[in-house]
Amino acid sequence: MTPSADPGRRASHARLLRMIVARIGVAVMTLFLVSLIIFVITNLLPGDAAQELLGQTATPAQIAALRHEMGLDRPAPVRFGLWLAGLAGGDAGMSMVTNMPVSAVIAERLPNSLLLAAIAALVSVPFALSAGILSAVNRGGRIDSALNLATLSMVAVPEFLVATIAVLIFSVELRWLPSISMLPPDATLLDRLQSLAMPVASLSFVVVAQMARMTRAAIIDQLDRPYVEMARLKGLSARRIVIGHVLPNALGPIVNAMALSLSYLLGGAIIVETIFNYPGLASLMVNAVTSRDMPLLQACAMIFCGIYLMMMLAADLIAIIANPRLRTA
Amino acid sequence: MDEGFALSRRQLLDTARTLAVGGAAGLLIPEALAAAPRPARPRVGGRIRVAYMSISTADTLDPARAGMSTDYARHFLLYSRLFDLSPAMQPVPALAESFATEDLKRWRLTLRKSVVFHDGKSVTPADVVYSLLRHKEPATGSKLAAVAEQFASVRADGPNAVVIDLVGPNADLPIILAQTHFSILPAGRGRVTGVGCGPFKLKTFSPGVRTVVTRNPNFWRPGRPYLEEIEMIGVPDEVSRINALLSGDVQMAMGVNPRSARRVLESPGHVMHAAPSGMYTNLAMRQDRFPAANPHFGLGIKYLMDRPLIKRALFRNYATIGNDHPIPPFHPFYRADLPQTGLDLDRAKWHLQKSGVGITRVPMFASAAAEASVDMASILQEYAAKVGLNLAVNRVPADGYWSTHWMRHPLFFGNNNPRPTADLLFSLFYKSDAAWNESGWKNARFDSLLVEARGERDFARRKQLYGEMQGLARAYCSVSIPVFISLLDGWDRRLKGWFSHPLGNFMGHTFGEHMWWEG
Repeated sequence: MTPSADPGRRASHARLLRMIVARIGVAVMTLFLVSLIIFVITNLLPGDAAQELLGQTATPAQIAALRHEMGLDRPAPVRFGLWLAGLAGGDAGMSMVTNMPVSAVIAERLPNSLLLAAIAALVSVPFALSAGILSAVNRGGRIDSALNLATLSMVAVPEFLVATIAVLIFSVELRWLPSISMLPPDATLLDRLQSLAMPVASLSFVVVAQMARMTRAAIIDQLDRPYVEMARLKGLSARRIVIGHVLPNALGPIVNAMALSLSYLLGGAIIVETIFNYPGLASLMVNAVTSRDMPLLQACAMIFCGIYLMMMLAADLIAIIANPRLRTA
Repeated sequence: MDEGFALSRRQLLDTARTLAVGGAAGLLIPEALAAAPRPARPRVGGRIRVAYMSISTADTLDPARAGMSTDYARHFLLYSRLFDLSPAMQPVPALAESFATEDLKRWRLTLRKSVVFHDGKSVTPADVVYSLLRHKEPATGSKLAAVAEQFASVRADGPNAVVIDLVGPNADLPIILAQTHFSILPAGRGRVTGVGCGPFKLKTFSPGVRTVVTRNPNFWRPGRPYLEEIEMIGVPDEVSRINALLSGDVQMAMGVNPRSARRVLESPGHVMHAAPSGMYTNLAMRQDRFPAANPHFGLGIKYLMDRPLIKRALFRNYATIGNDHPIPPFHPFYRADLPQTGLDLDRAKWHLQKSGVGITRVPMFASAAAEASVDMASILQEYAAKVGLNLAVNRVPADGYWSTHWMRHPLFFGNNNPRPTADLLFSLFYKSDAAWNESGWKNARFDSLLVEARGERDFARRKQLYGEMQGLARAYCSVSIPVFISLLDGWDRRLKGWFSHPLGNFMGHTFGEHMWWEG
């Protein structure tokens, strides 16, 4: 490390830090806007929590009484303000329907969702990367065509079909895996892995294909650049060109595509959660919409949105760190 | 066939009035008697997992707030009521050992002695008073608050009796008290915690995920229940639910779609039971608006209903043909001598021409919220086209259907769960000033018959009164009830003790008390 490099590095660190702070500021603004939009939209939906809770057979007097108890008779801006003030103080409020703190309801589901997403990511990222690289390097070859066919079909097949067929084969016929993923608190590790196998597989199915396609495109884009030709002329091995030169340059778009796909693993898992009856956050959010449970719905939305923004920030940071040219940009 | 039937048979014979009952009861008795090689006595033990149709964060332990079948089921397992309801829809003594009434207005209930809650505390009259009167508090959010308004007062009378004063005579009080909403809870606890005196004790309750209950060894009905542990989960997706049953992950699956029936029937390890019930999906036409304001319109539509086709195509014959009134043929008060309305295009055309609807496009609102209503509307639309009536099918989302569409349009579909008494059905959905008088019809004769039948002790006379009301509803109320929908459930073959109950899936949700595991 030469002394002259030091100030430049410090300056770039400061820039990076400024960027992170600015991005967090934007993220907070985004979260606010999202919560406002959700609040407005749910208010446009027919019925409210009191009506949904009492159901078809409620009299107007009953509904009015319950509304008062839930605080639903206050004007909408006041309700939103109170919720926001609570959240700023770290209190996500009470779930109207369960009568439990929102944080307690979410604490039960969030770990399940994170576990599912984490395992699905661990399984799908290596697969997607190797498939993408392999097909890019063999562009136009047999391996590439086969992988293209496979990934395109995987993207095209809806996950409910994959999941249902998997259940028919592995649960109903072979009886190897449970058809529903219960995750009881006293489940052993093997139980957990068994019940997660099919949800993870069906989630990965779609995500792997998307990520592999993006990886392939990003790497092919780099392979056409003059520096790759130069490296080839210098006599570098294909492996060294791809891993040492192409991959760092292609990392930005790849990581971005992966962040997009992985954020889908959390909120987009609703279909898989439904088919396998997996107690995750996405089905909780759907419940919250149908029961008009505003505080719970908002909390779920904040989590999904927050995680999405974090993934995007992480993707940008990785891209910048991997590619020095972006640091000064 | 087994002990489960034996008990129900005893219950049937105990209740004198049930002798007048045909239908479901008539099917039960011969089968129970014909059991040649009697299997070993039901034995204690077995852990099962049960898949229900709905589960959400709205799951509740509070019987007053029960709204979904999963709630009823949970409450039947945890709590007991003053009365139970036999498969023939007759009250059977439960926590109330006996009752006495002179005028059907003041009722004195004698409580069963030495019944204890799960926490060891005895069940006292104070608990009964608390459990009934809490429905009148708005904060309870009771689904049966309107029914509880009939209780003028409820008070303890000595150490083991309760006196209930009603605002008017009601012969059905024991049946009303047999509803799970009126479960008996320990007084003075504030929050409902799942402690009751039912056949099972609460082990885990996690809304939207699962409920686990374990056998209550001190249950007041001796020897019951048999199962050691029941885990209740919800699998809203029907295909997943059936797959879970067939793969052995659950031992019972509620709500088999008629289209999936074959899959369950073909599996060697499983059985499917169909229970005829009073559930129906109906087409209601508002009589205070065009076009049903003209009574000919409603009549015309009733002649356009191809009931056998609806029964066969939509329900694969797991249904009972209806006659445009809400009393199903197996109900004790069913009137058998009313002519059956059927598909008759000529009559329909004549009535519709007289109704003056002309070629106006008339939309029907249908939704997945009312079972099979979209298909029913399409069938009706086809037949309407044949007689020159321009019906349209407006398919709307299930979410919010009951608050935004039901009863808000000239023509709409509704769906009604089985109700325990004819009085409740008529009071809730047919009385002129009922909040859910779906068609908005007004019939003074009907209203006075309703009050008269409620205060009548004599079974034959009541049947006659309810019979006349069925005739009035069929002829003048523009609500068409083409079929009553049977309730289909899938079971593991090793579960024994099933009998049909018209009030709900899984034997009116009372399976926990009657079934045992042989495996």
